[in-house]
Amino acid sequence: MINAYDILETIRMIQDECLDIRTITMGISLLDCIDSDIDKACENVYNKITTKAKDLVKTGERIEKEYGIPIINKRISVTPISMICAACTEKNPVKFALALQRAADTCGVNFIGGYSALVQKGFSAGDIELIESIPEALAVTTNICSSVNVGSSKSGINMDAVKMMGRIIKQAAERTADNQCMGPAKLVVFCNAPEDNPFMAGAFHGPGEPDCVINVGVSGPGVVRAAIEKYPDASINEIADIIKKTAFKITRMGQLVGSKASEMLGVPFGIVDLSLAPTPAVGDSVAHILEGIGLETCGTHGTTAALALLNDAVKKGGVMASSNVGGLSGAFIPVSEDAGMIDAVNNGTLCLEKLEAMTAVCSVGLDMIVVPGDITPETISAIIADEAAIGMVNNKTTAVRLIPAIGKNVGDVLEFGGLLGSGPVMEINRKSPSKFISRGGRIPAPMHSIKN
Amino acid sequence: MKAVITVIGKDNVGILSKVSNICADYNANIVDVTQSVLQEMFAMIMMVDISNINSDFVELGEKLDDLGKSLGLSIHTMHQDIFNSMHRI
Repeated sequence: MINAYDILETIRMIQDECLDIRTITMGISLLDCIDSDIDKACENVYNKITTKAKDLVKTGERIEKEYGIPIINKRISVTPISMICAACTEKNPVKFALALQRAADTCGVNFIGGYSALVQKGFSAGDIELIESIPEALAVTTNICSSVNVGSSKSGINMDAVKMMGRIIKQAAERTADNQCMGPAKLVVFCNAPEDNPFMAGAFHGPGEPDCVINVGVSGPGVVRAAIEKYPDASINEIADIIKKTAFKITRMGQLVGSKASEMLGVPFGIVDLSLAPTPAVGDSVAHILEGIGLETCGTHGTTAALALLNDAVKKGGVMASSNVGGLSGAFIPVSEDAGMIDAVNNGTLCLEKLEAMTAVCSVGLDMIVVPGDITPETISAIIADEAAIGMVNNKTTAVRLIPAIGKNVGDVLEFGGLLGSGPVMEINRKSPSKFISRGGRIPAPMHSIKN
Repeated sequence: MKAVITVIGKDNVGILSKVSNICADYNANIVDVTQSVLQEMFAMIMMVDISNINSDFVELGEKLDDLGKSLGLSIHTMHQDIFNSMHRI
């Protein structure tokens, strides 16, 4: 018999502390859709996605009702499109973006991720065309996400790609300047990109994955914050234990939902991504957890240490709760999506340099950060290079999702709406890194990559 | 297969009977009930067997949700698996 305390605890987590399943993401391989005729290939892509995912949204809604747990997003990730369009004689990858958008509309999913290229060691056929087409693809679609992997611990950092991505991000913002510069909010530049990540905008279905798979991303910063607040005098070890126990419960729920969805859809269950993903909703903030641990404001001295503790405890708690953990798994720190981070930026406590330090110990990178619209492409590239270097050297995933706010400067705000929230424009360092960026080439992989 | 129905809100005459009537309509067998009234707040946890219900489980949940709204109470109907997986290893 389940006891009353446990039942009420679960209900309180869902009702008052914003506990939810952030996403059920179906990964679909498009490798069997390749055709030299681009229109035929696009048709194959549309048909495969709408066949495999036709019941995805319905199944998600059914599970929501049966278990009483909100599932915020139903999404799809696909094989990086650069691989699919490589074989096409006509080099116009935007046609694939439009086919993906049509598929997203038909299936009713929130996002399709995978307008991507993996270029950590160099460009193969189709990669450059795809990257060059990203600004247009993001401007003409609404539900398609794009990502580019420019580095890895094993192969180093492709500085030619880093240079390109600075320009592409700027162009993506310019193309969508009349729509809150939404383009780059759907574009992530990775180092060590995971192949099974269910979270947008960086989700894609890696070439090593099965044909079709269900991955689940859990959330729950509010639950962790509430748990910590109950113990104002706990020592740091005790705090770590409280976070572990809470993460365990959250992840168990993700495991249940994932295995249920996989059973109902007849698709194998991939992984649970046990991430603390904040939303702009009150009480659903990672910054507020750090403040709950004992910082006056997120971004002050001690923030990196508190985040390291949080990130590690979340992983330790979650690992035992799930048969397979993957994706990004840790704490996310997207500025515009986190009420506490926004406040910390607005009151001057949280700056870009501190966020960069925080990315060395959390699960992602510089995420949803709005920068002045007159930022140069070289400075964007240099920020990407710094972040990729942190990922490469520390054997972890890092990512950059910067939004140049065209026509705006420090003190202004971009309003994205929904889960993307609103981002204050942040100060950047104005000294030029252009000589460094213009050199091109590749940063060699670090010594510890030679493990064989 | 069991489900947990929780009812939380201001105490009122006949809450238990209204909830159990709906359960009976759907052939959901009540196996356990705990309820308490604290400072006029009513809290009930009901365990029902849904193995032989005559309709869809989701429909039963929606029906109870409607009842909750009409009485100004919060009624949750959830499959017991969620509690088992969160609180049992």
